[in-house]
Amino acid sequence: MIGSDSGLDLSINRVRAMVRRYWYLLRSSWPRVLDLIYWPTVQMLMWGFLQLYVSQNGGPFARTSGVFIGAVLLWDILFRGQLGFSISFLEEMYAHNLANLMMSPLRPVEFIAALMIMSIVRLLIGMIPVTLLAIAFFGFNLWSLGFALAAFFVNLILTSWAIGIFVAGLLLRNGLGAESMAWTIMFLFLPLTCVYYPVTVLPDFLQYVAWALPPTYVFEGMRALLIDHVFRADLMLEALAFNVVLFAAASLAFLKLLRSARAQGSLLQTGE
Amino acid sequence: MDAQNTSAIAVDRLVKLYKGVVAVDGISFRLAPGSITGLLGGNGAGKTTTIAMIMGLVTPTSGTVTVLGLQMPKDRYRVLHRMNFESPYVALPMRLTVRQNLSVFAQLYAVADIDERIAGLAADLELTEFLDRPTGKLSAGQKTRVSLAKALLNRPEVLLLDEPTASLDPDTADWVRGRLDHYRREQGATVLLASHNMTEVERLCERVIIMKTGHIEDDDTPQRLLDRYGRETLEEVFLDVARGRKDHREAAQ
Repeated sequence: MIGSDSGLDLSINRVRAMVRRYWYLLRSSWPRVLDLIYWPTVQMLMWGFLQLYVSQNGGPFARTSGVFIGAVLLWDILFRGQLGFSISFLEEMYAHNLANLMMSPLRPVEFIAALMIMSIVRLLIGMIPVTLLAIAFFGFNLWSLGFALAAFFVNLILTSWAIGIFVAGLLLRNGLGAESMAWTIMFLFLPLTCVYYPVTVLPDFLQYVAWALPPTYVFEGMRALLIDHVFRADLMLEALAFNVVLFAAASLAFLKLLRSARAQGSLLQTGE
Repeated sequence: MDAQNTSAIAVDRLVKLYKGVVAVDGISFRLAPGSITGLLGGNGAGKTTTIAMIMGLVTPTSGTVTVLGLQMPKDRYRVLHRMNFESPYVALPMRLTVRQNLSVFAQLYAVADIDERIAGLAADLELTEFLDRPTGKLSAGQKTRVSLAKALLNRPEVLLLDEPTASLDPDTADWVRGRLDHYRREQGATVLLASHNMTEVERLCERVIIMKTGHIEDDDTPQRLLDRYGRETLEEVFLDVARGRKDHREAAQ
């Protein structure tokens, strides 16, 4: 165990226990596994064919080769990363198991660490086949981005975890009444982080909002790489700085919501 | 050493308000190590909230809870591995097999030899043949035994039970009571049992705390309660308390 008695200590064994718990659940249910692959595949195919149509018809958009597929794949890292985190958390509420966990020695930081690991596991199960299909169908190889992909991935997954942590706090405090937030909160980021278009498209006041969100830097960085063939390390560092702030704010909000849930007795009533 | 430190559980002037509504209203009691105490009360009496505050799941509005000499909820992570809890209203994940569920919780509670402990508990609670079945496919009685196995995994020194035999048939309920009594005697554990089942409380408990609308209305051994109220069964005592028939007690006295 690392550290002393603060609730922020970490036991690797307890994290492993929780990861095993989610892994057992995932491997016992093929619809759950199918769900991880199905929608990212549909999205990738739709945007891939649109990309094909645009590039075949020439014009100024023809040079945006791979941008739509790249954008949808990176968006899925952001969206599926948060969903993977939140769904694992929701599974505890669906199973009425949350009180068992909250009355066990499991600490919040261990619970969150397990949810982060599971979000990566779920993401890999869903994304690896889809990226291979993107190569087969459209000749777009996300893996060929190399170090840039790693930088994009780190920044996107950090944002997805921060949002996942905040949503977990809302669920603890408000029960399943806040469930829809888990499914939809990330869509607020879809127009604002400029997944499919440059930030300059937005009105001025929204550009300020966009530049305060870490994924915006990633999607701008992706366009710079795919269109201009330039890796913008400055954008990645700025994204990382905003992610540190976002992650810290989400963690504080989670702890505050957990404290409020304990005060309001919400952990006893995790239904609607 | 003061009474708080020598008690397994010490509750002192405990209050819980939910948005101004009183759930628990200044209760105090101490449970001696190795004792088994029944917490009786109707719906909304404050039993579950009291247990939740003892487990650190709910923060008291005021007052203190000490478990095994440590303050809840402040020191919860220093004491939770020495406690456990069972309630039919808190489930284990249904798709996981019994063995998977027990091994996950055993690891959470840092049980030393997990396989051996699960095998021992499964034999003791007659679960061996169900170990590799999904928990959700079991009957209510079998699920209760699995929850009990989860509650005993870490050999808790303090065991909190919230209506452990609710929804069980009389035979299974009696069997579960027998196992609980056996565990307490064998391990010297302190047990606090919230229940609506008076037979259960009469059979198991050496002390009964009766709660009503957040207060402790009475607190004594089952025999002394029967004598004081001039009643034959705890159920009659419970009804006297629930319906505010103190005159019966006064007449008996």
